[in-house]
Amino acid sequence: MKLIYEKSVEGRKGVRIPVRDVKHYPFLPVDLLRKKPADLPSVSEFNTVRHFSALEKKNFSIDSNFYPLGSCTMKYNPKVLESAANLPGFRNLHPFLSYSARGLEAAQGALEILYNMEKALASLTGMDEISFQPMAGAHGEFAGIKIAAAYHAVRGEHRKIVLVPDTSHGTNPASSAMAGFDVVTIPSDKNGEMDMGEYRKKLNGSVAAVMMTCPNTLGIFNRNIKEVCGLARKAGALTYCDGANMNAVLGKMRPGDAGFDIMHLNMHKTFATPHGGGGPGAGPVCVKKYLSDFLPGEAVRKDDDGRFVIVKRPRSVGRLAPFFGNFGVLVKAYAYILLMGGDGLTDACEKAVLNANYIKAALEKFYELPYKRRCMHECVFSASAQAKKGVRALDIAKFLIDRGFHPPTIYFPLIVKEALMIEPTETESIETMDEFIKIMKEAASLAEEDPEAFKKMPVNSCVGRMDETAAARKLDIKYSK
Amino acid sequence: MSYCPHTDKEIEKMLRVIGADSVPDLFSDIPDDLRAGELALENGKSEFEVMGKLEKLSANCSAGRISFTGGGFYDHFIPSAVDALSQMSGFLTSYTPYQSECSQGTLQALYEYQTAICRLTGLDGANASVYDGGTALAEGIMMAARKTMRKKIVIDACVNPLYRDIVKTYFSGQGFEILEIAPDGCAVDREKFIKAIDDNTAAVVIQNPNFFGTVDDYSDITAAAHSAGAQAVGSFYPVAMALLKTPAETGFDIATGEGQSLGMPLSFGGPYLGYVAATSACLRNLPGRIVGATCDSEGRRGFVLTLQAREQHIRRERASSNICSNQNLCAIRALIYLSLAGKKGFREVAELSRDKSEYAKELIGKIPSIKIKNTAPTFNEFVFETDLPADTVLEAMSKSGIDAGIALGGFYKGFEKSVLISFTEKSRKEDIDFFARELENFLTERK
Repeated sequence: MKLIYEKSVEGRKGVRIPVRDVKHYPFLPVDLLRKKPADLPSVSEFNTVRHFSALEKKNFSIDSNFYPLGSCTMKYNPKVLESAANLPGFRNLHPFLSYSARGLEAAQGALEILYNMEKALASLTGMDEISFQPMAGAHGEFAGIKIAAAYHAVRGEHRKIVLVPDTSHGTNPASSAMAGFDVVTIPSDKNGEMDMGEYRKKLNGSVAAVMMTCPNTLGIFNRNIKEVCGLARKAGALTYCDGANMNAVLGKMRPGDAGFDIMHLNMHKTFATPHGGGGPGAGPVCVKKYLSDFLPGEAVRKDDDGRFVIVKRPRSVGRLAPFFGNFGVLVKAYAYILLMGGDGLTDACEKAVLNANYIKAALEKFYELPYKRRCMHECVFSASAQAKKGVRALDIAKFLIDRGFHPPTIYFPLIVKEALMIEPTETESIETMDEFIKIMKEAASLAEEDPEAFKKMPVNSCVGRMDETAAARKLDIKYSK
Repeated sequence: MSYCPHTDKEIEKMLRVIGADSVPDLFSDIPDDLRAGELALENGKSEFEVMGKLEKLSANCSAGRISFTGGGFYDHFIPSAVDALSQMSGFLTSYTPYQSECSQGTLQALYEYQTAICRLTGLDGANASVYDGGTALAEGIMMAARKTMRKKIVIDACVNPLYRDIVKTYFSGQGFEILEIAPDGCAVDREKFIKAIDDNTAAVVIQNPNFFGTVDDYSDITAAAHSAGAQAVGSFYPVAMALLKTPAETGFDIATGEGQSLGMPLSFGGPYLGYVAATSACLRNLPGRIVGATCDSEGRRGFVLTLQAREQHIRRERASSNICSNQNLCAIRALIYLSLAGKKGFREVAELSRDKSEYAKELIGKIPSIKIKNTAPTFNEFVFETDLPADTVLEAMSKSGIDAGIALGGFYKGFEKSVLISFTEKSRKEDIDFFARELENFLTERK
């Protein structure tokens, strides 16, 4: 398909700009001006509509396809969430207004949402205070590790190490390193949980924080988390819970009760805000009371007259976003919480776990299951048996694309060879899952009978397999003509 | 309320396949002492009730007022097609395009977006976006720090104060020296700034137009940076770039900025769009996602995420950034906006925004007790000073239904009586006239 630039026709115009009602002023000195106009497309409004409508059809999406991408929680995004964020009062609210007395007045409704949202998320996580500044999960992790650093610095301690299990998301070590810490990895034991012997060995007075995902990326609930947190506390380290998988325990278990000091939540996973092809999300960071002074940005409080006010935090790690993070995303998550309620959120969690266990049980005779135990919201298979025939996880992914299913997450977590990480979420029906199971079984039989057949796949998509090596070697990241 | 389709019969069937007695059984790995008690949340409500509540909350927000508030975040016109197209399911409810064959829509759009950013900045490559203008600036400076292996950052205090805060947060506690050079009036203090650049400097950091709205040519500063072996990093308002000398023409190695003006509503601070572009020498050092063009086995053009070996999911603690997403939908909105405005229309938006600002400057500049603080040219905003504290003036204007800008005293010493006021192509002449009258009346009455 042609690029929008290739459709451009010199002289063609798009939307009309508001009518000029002031005169044209003499322009800036020439040495301040660009030599020639930016070569943006010259297309009509209708050209543009056709172009993007055609592009949109080239994507799989939750609305059109089963999308069991492990660790991403691709649940249905209720349409009303968009209407909520688009209410003119929220959509047109200038963030700088909150810096003035009159602006604070104008922002009362928005601040009330943040205030209520903090209470709701605190009750779901067992944490006490929350900053909404982090604009994604990884940003929340970075905030959390900065908080740990500030906490130790105030106590005059120089701790340089962050412990992460080998099942962790790549962002955990990357966020720690970006905050200046050394990362030490703890292996998993044969049950897929953190190896407690290794953990004890590596936990010492230099450890600033221990980061864990709960449940972990194998979809397994670590039965030792309370002990993990207890041992860390004794050693003077803080514990961080990566809340990416919170959908598995909503209403069932609260990370704060297990002893975690800090955690983040992903609004775009657990709280149904659309992923938008990779963002924007929101990753609020939540802490226990004794860490609340360190949170990034300002706090929203209610004064004696019941008015919402913005309060500076005395020992904040600083600002991570200009204002209150991705407010538009937070409005959607808030609407979702109101729609679902405590009962609905718990029900969603139960059905998410039910669905994942159903797929696991239905497929375990066909794919190797490296950890044979109950799973939470996702299950991780290995295509290693198929790989022996020459059919790798990637090949199975392409087979699924041909059948209209978005593939699971592949090759993650790193400790499972040829990993296929499947997270159906609660909003999928048994019919859809049965269809997926059927196709996955077909892939397993085809791998036995005709492994070569996979190499040509996908054939039903608009393009076939891409030459990724060439893409990296002969870098072409912008159109030049 | 929940969105689960399960019937009791289906649940029974699923439990039989699983070999479990009940749904609670599935949670047996959670130790008893960690079971959550009753949640302090109300039960779910219908869409009708929830929207009713939210409409009420949104109603007391600022819709329907005259606003001249900017400071890096502007109320530009957003064509309806931006919303309509970006809300289509394939864009809204897809995820990261790791599986390229079923994500060509997102991938091609990002390639086109990267191209648009390159054409605006004049630079060789751009990534697929980061969170916002502030984090984009921090990422840009990190690129320079990695490349030069140096630890000193010289930053003009005319850079948006919120962005400077974000940069400080990113670099604190890691042995970096951040040297802020206080402004000379509403512009960079050239002499001091250039003097501060030395052999330890990783990056010099500039914003154009700066936070006060002043437009400048920073070629001398980027040259000074280069001769000291430092990188020049800037933050640029995309609408102004339609007219102004490009970052590339000015000698910047890395250009970053806030893309909110390109079709994103103000939304009380987000979601916005951070763009990062760089010269070819820096491309492999970019943070986050990058889309590249390549071919499939049949030779058909297609797009993939490329240079993934820089990223956290592969390189973990050695990644070039921890970012694992982009502001994808916002980047697509920006591309749709730039296509709709087009080569000609985008310049018109820029010219009109500046002309409205010039008109206002001329009008209120005539009010006797008002001083325009910018001595150099400005783009779409400027600073005016009165004899009264800025908050007093803003409060009075507010009573007339006008949000007249940002009080600068909280951000800069000596600016206690200064207001930063901004205009876009949406600012109506009649509103500007009304504001000028109200302001003059108020200031005369106070005499």
